[in-house]
Amino acid sequence: MAIKVDDISYLYERDTAMQVRALDHVSVEIPDNQFIGLIGHTGSGKSTFVQTLNGLLKVTEGHIYYNGEDIDGEKFDKKKLRSDVGLVFQYPEHQLFEVDVLSDVCYGPKNLGMSDEEAKKVALEALESVKMPKALYKSSPFDLSGGQKRRAAIAGVLAMKPRMLILDEPTAGLDPRGRDEILGLIAEMKRALNMTIILVSHSMDDVARYVDRIMVMGGGKLLYDDEPVKVFRHVRELEELGLSAPQVTYIMTLLKERGLDVNTDVLNVKDAAAEILAHRRELHV
Amino acid sequence: MFDSITLGQYYQTDSVLHRLDPRVKLVGTFAYLISLFVVDSLPGYLLAALFLAVMIKLSNVPFRYIVRGMKTILFLLIITVCFNLFLTPGEVIWEFWIFKMTREGLNFAIKMAIRLSLLILGSSIMTLTTTPTQLTDALESLMRPLKKVRVPVHEIAMMMSIALRFIPILMEETDKIMKAQIARGADFESRNLIKKIKSMVPLLVPLFISAFRRANDLAMAMEARCYRGGEGRTKMKPLVYSSKDRVAYLILLLFFAACIAMRILF
Repeated sequence: MAIKVDDISYLYERDTAMQVRALDHVSVEIPDNQFIGLIGHTGSGKSTFVQTLNGLLKVTEGHIYYNGEDIDGEKFDKKKLRSDVGLVFQYPEHQLFEVDVLSDVCYGPKNLGMSDEEAKKVALEALESVKMPKALYKSSPFDLSGGQKRRAAIAGVLAMKPRMLILDEPTAGLDPRGRDEILGLIAEMKRALNMTIILVSHSMDDVARYVDRIMVMGGGKLLYDDEPVKVFRHVRELEELGLSAPQVTYIMTLLKERGLDVNTDVLNVKDAAAEILAHRRELHV
Repeated sequence: MFDSITLGQYYQTDSVLHRLDPRVKLVGTFAYLISLFVVDSLPGYLLAALFLAVMIKLSNVPFRYIVRGMKTILFLLIITVCFNLFLTPGEVIWEFWIFKMTREGLNFAIKMAIRLSLLILGSSIMTLTTTPTQLTDALESLMRPLKKVRVPVHEIAMMMSIALRFIPILMEETDKIMKAQIARGADFESRNLIKKIKSMVPLLVPLFISAFRRANDLAMAMEARCYRGGEGRTKMKPLVYSSKDRVAYLILLLFFAACIAMRILF
């Protein structure tokens, strides 16, 4: 299972004065079982891009192939695509509507034609994956806290057993603790469920710790597509896009500029500390 | 998803009509609507159509954009025409099964179609060139005399502008929720009526909740800025008539006079 995006463009308000080219000739391949961070400033086209991936938006130009099949082809089963490529929108808690958490999570599986028992079974699994406390299964989704609501909504998509999960700004509007919880949860899901995850964000610090690959979008174009450490070598260019590299990258870059020969390709505080300690002799000079 | 609904949505551009005082446009639109009922002959409709054509030209809004908005009411137009065509009693000129087309009906249907199209085009020219805020400002200003008889003019205008302001927001919200539910396998395109109604629940519940949430936030924000009704409020952009507004009023008067003349002559 892989998605191949071949030179796609997307236009909003086509043929009016307000026409906007939200995607500008993007080509990319998304293989199995990869953890990808999709980074871009507001209006860079990242949300539009992920919506084209599961066929919610029809591309204006170009093609998207899912397992070699064109998703805009006549015989293509879009419902199957939408269950295989799960998309969790920004503020997903706004889609909750059922009387209790469990029935809300059952909504997706039931739409796929599962029986009540089957739906309940996968819903329970999904709720367990997102670490929802059992006591809350029967409470109204509107009584939950912000972080819990979000987890319930993620479970709602997870219950459809997607092979690829796209999360659009899953940490938006959460406090730092809620943010770390959700990100930790996603990383854990990646390990446990062995699927491709695309994490959409505008914060490098959010994704740097977890992902194998980073795609940077700006002005509707795919600007960088590489391993995190390689992308972060372009600190200056990223800043021009209104983005920033992780904070440790800044420290290491500054140290290097001041003459300390450290390796700047580190992504977390622990590695950075080790790297600096390894050069402590030079520090005393 | 709502790309097709352009009927009466503000079109951002620069033109004489856009810069005109909204009160002139509001009064003008009413005058135009009345004039459509004043004239009652082919030359009269030609005059009204010509006037509208000049206005469309002046508005700088692409004609294609306006026509695309008309598509949404085409259905209404067809029904009206059909009813008039077949249900007006009179001299029968064409017959099929239980349908009888009459000469009077044909006349009436053509007249009705022209009148309705001009009516809708005429009023959409106003909303295409005037922002909702300007429109409510104009309404508030024009209704000011009613304050003397204790009509809460400011409150009505405020409610209207809030309602208008929320239409695009709720539309966007609907689009978002719809997409989110489609991503969860919802089917909004089902032909089955019962299924269709059922599929609305996952859309309407979140939509209502978000509408209440937004209303609550707005009320809080207004209170935090000490809003307490219209008493003593001043405007950032007060409405002042300029010379071009006076010219516009004069043109309107001439047009209206011409319409009355048409009525008398033909």
